[in-house]
Amino acid sequence: MPKIKIPKSSPSIDMTPMVDLAFLLVTFFMLAASFRSSEPIQVTTPSSISDKIIPENVIMVTIDKGGRVFFNMSDAEARKELLQNMSGKYSIKFTSEQLEKFSFMSSFGCTMRELPGYIDLPADDRSRVNTKGVPLDSLDNQLKDWIFYGNIAALNTGETAYQEAKLKGESPDVNDFKPKFILRVDGEAVYAHAQNVINVFRDLKLNNLNFVTTTELAP
Amino acid sequence: MAEIAEGGGGDHGKGKKRAKKSSTKVDMTPMVDLAFLLLTFFVLTSTFSKPKVMSLVYPAKLTEEELKALKPPRINNAITFLLSEDEIFYYTGEYFPKSKPGPDGPTKLIETDFGPKGVRKVLADGNSYVLSGKEKLDAKLEKKQIQDSTYLNLLAELKKNKLALKVLIKTDDKATCKNFIDLIDELKIAEIGVIAPVDILSSELELLKQNSKNK
Repeated sequence: MPKIKIPKSSPSIDMTPMVDLAFLLVTFFMLAASFRSSEPIQVTTPSSISDKIIPENVIMVTIDKGGRVFFNMSDAEARKELLQNMSGKYSIKFTSEQLEKFSFMSSFGCTMRELPGYIDLPADDRSRVNTKGVPLDSLDNQLKDWIFYGNIAALNTGETAYQEAKLKGESPDVNDFKPKFILRVDGEAVYAHAQNVINVFRDLKLNNLNFVTTTELAP
Repeated sequence: MAEIAEGGGGDHGKGKKRAKKSSTKVDMTPMVDLAFLLLTFFVLTSTFSKPKVMSLVYPAKLTEEELKALKPPRINNAITFLLSEDEIFYYTGEYFPKSKPGPDGPTKLIETDFGPKGVRKVLADGNSYVLSGKEKLDAKLEKKQIQDSTYLNLLAELKKNKLALKVLIKTDDKATCKNFIDLIDELKIAEIGVIAPVDILSSELELLKQNSKNK
């Protein structure tokens, strides 16, 4: 009996379609990705049915499980102005390098005294430092100053952005450029801690607050 | 690509000198490796869902003079929720402490829960005026009898109506933010227009402690 001949076939497979697909996906993910800025604390926010997307120009206060308070602001320009004002108020000097670094920092939760040292840390180490949060008791209410000066700075940059949009011939809504106040609270945090922060906002006559939530399906 | 060289060119012995036949294929393996590496990186690092926000307007703080000038409001149809750790109680209408009992005696707290049969049902019953009004508006909108903007205006007006349910929220020092936001979420589902988180009275706190199971 003759041997059965296995037809000689090249061991290579045409991978072109697969590669095409791979590149397509790479392009898609590259364009669609929005990177999470590294936050010094992890917070699990409660869920709600709200579908309002987080606005652009925000002042955000984060409260973690233990009730520590962290401050953050979205606008880099406004952050510089804010730190200059705060540095004047607390007579703590910052170098221009520190100002630049501060404008790109994420949330921070330390006192004004600790802040220069905190800014000088490399970004990766900031999350490892155990800070006590921004103080907000009645004797040393630094959070109130952060929010007050932050609001002024964000209103200024918002106004410039509004005028620019106007010059471009768009018809912008002035309210879209005003800073919004966001509370990012951990679900397990005691509400009384959040209430302290809310009272600081209310003392400054900022009554319209927003809670960060994850989406849940409406019933 | 990923090609195994199969003796290309060939040895023709002492024939004419020919230009070496080189394969037109380029080895693409490294490029593909890189592509997949990038793909993996982007898949793992990207986050898509932007966080959502739920807005809540707090009542303005009054100065002491303003407080003195303020007359106690007449609450027609209000419901007050008292929150403790994973527990929720409510009473309707005005609050009558033990020292000043109302027509039905002092206020008693009613226990409920965060589930669909608890708070949601209480609110749906209490706010039936707005909910039925909204249904009518929804039907009109569907038939295109009214515009989107008119719909929103009418809905806002409906929520401000005297007959709409008003809600007060009071918390003790053990209630968590999750409890609070869950409740606000239920209130939004029930289309409550007036939500007021206010400070708890000491007599209410005592009443809440008596009813609460976790001490």
